[in-house]
Amino acid sequence: MDEKDIARVLSRLAHEIIEKNKEVDDLILVGIQRRGVPLAERISKLIKEIKGKELPTGSLDITFYRDDLTRIGYHPIIRDTNILVPIDDKKIILVDDVLYTGRTVRASLDALLDFGRPQKIELVVLIDRGHRELPIHPDYVGKNIPTSLEEMVEVRVKELDGRDEVLILKKE
Amino acid sequence: MDFERKDLLGLEELTEEEIFFILDTAKSFREVLDRPIKKIPTLRGKTVVNLFFEASTRTRMSFELAEKRLNADVLNFSPSNSSVLKGESLQDTVKNILAMKVDCFVVRHSTPGTPHLLAKELPVSIINAGDGAHEHPTQALLDLYTIREARGRIEGLKVLIVGDIAHSRVARSNIWGLNKLRAKVRVCGPSTLMPSMIEKMGVKVFFSLEEALREVDVVMMLRIQKERQNKGLFSSIGEYRDFFSLTEERLKLVKEDILIMHPGPVNWGVELPFRMSENRKSVILNQVTNGIIIRMAILYLLLGRSR
Repeated sequence: MDEKDIARVLSRLAHEIIEKNKEVDDLILVGIQRRGVPLAERISKLIKEIKGKELPTGSLDITFYRDDLTRIGYHPIIRDTNILVPIDDKKIILVDDVLYTGRTVRASLDALLDFGRPQKIELVVLIDRGHRELPIHPDYVGKNIPTSLEEMVEVRVKELDGRDEVLILKKE
Repeated sequence: MDFERKDLLGLEELTEEEIFFILDTAKSFREVLDRPIKKIPTLRGKTVVNLFFEASTRTRMSFELAEKRLNADVLNFSPSNSSVLKGESLQDTVKNILAMKVDCFVVRHSTPGTPHLLAKELPVSIINAGDGAHEHPTQALLDLYTIREARGRIEGLKVLIVGDIAHSRVARSNIWGLNKLRAKVRVCGPSTLMPSMIEKMGVKVFFSLEEALREVDVVMMLRIQKERQNKGLFSSIGEYRDFFSLTEERLKLVKEDILIMHPGPVNWGVELPFRMSENRKSVILNQVTNGIIIRMAILYLLLGRSR
């Protein structure tokens, strides 16, 4: 996928979110570090263009909630967690770039619930590559890309990588 | 870089890079303390033993809170209600607790080098929570964190440590840490409480507080340990106060925005005046808050991955 494809997909996702939720007043967008964060901000901007309402956005780092911390041999870099508004009784739209095993989303749900009790949490992903290891299902999918376990899906975004693209790479 | 150590024993052995890695990791934990649920599952299933052979309120509580915030299981040990009273040795005590399958010991002991000895003998992580007059690494790290938080940097700052330098593990750890991060360190106190070769640690020695305070950015007041008075190292609290108390008069000589620190507990009216004017920048309570996140960071770095 190139820049244009990604822009088109994000625009469709923004419309789907609005369509499904009707009133966007109670929505909060939360991006999962790292590439979910700029994607959440872009979706927020798109929704603002359509509905004229700026949605609060936050960021979530899931390192502290990983289920493999004591199994990996290094310390992951911890990024910002920044959820500035109370999430009690709000609808959270969780945003990530790639949905794979589902373990990141599981950790995100645990992390979010430590901030309060939202009325509902929905999941948006730019790419669903399959191979779930947990019963987790996205509510909005940008693109389904069937992959093999030998492949990696790499999403690059302008804000962090200088350009927008999605690549499928072979594992070394 | 990554933090590869099994133990945290002192600032003397840490590199500049490792110190900054710890400070940056601690910063990530700051936000957790402001959450409605101040607890994260990071060290679930790990067991930490607080082994305090010496009295402590703040450090022990701070460690315990850090351990609980990270969801570790916590055991507290103090010699007064243990088999140490029956004559059990340190080694036996520790090996018996270890046989109960624990992951980390936080050790405070009046004999310098105790944590180092345990670190060598045991396969689990050891954190030094103060060994005699030797080192108190988590205190120095939280002091460095607090300075960086308030000033944005440490390099080039003039930092003055005042009081009983000879008996202070806080001073020693801070001198090592501050020098590694390229601060300019001064020490000041009565000559009877100043170690003779202290210049070798890379500090400038002053015996007059007025002179020492000139152009200083940060001043750390050490607690005067009243129990030392019986040893004749200084004649009276009153005399000590006359020469080494950070009074308002003395504060008039220094930079308006000087950062005032104290590892606690403060003897109000001795090291610091009973009433400090409001425009003075005291960060003593920030030090206490930062102590928790520094200890969370250390526990996470030592226990939060496979080895």
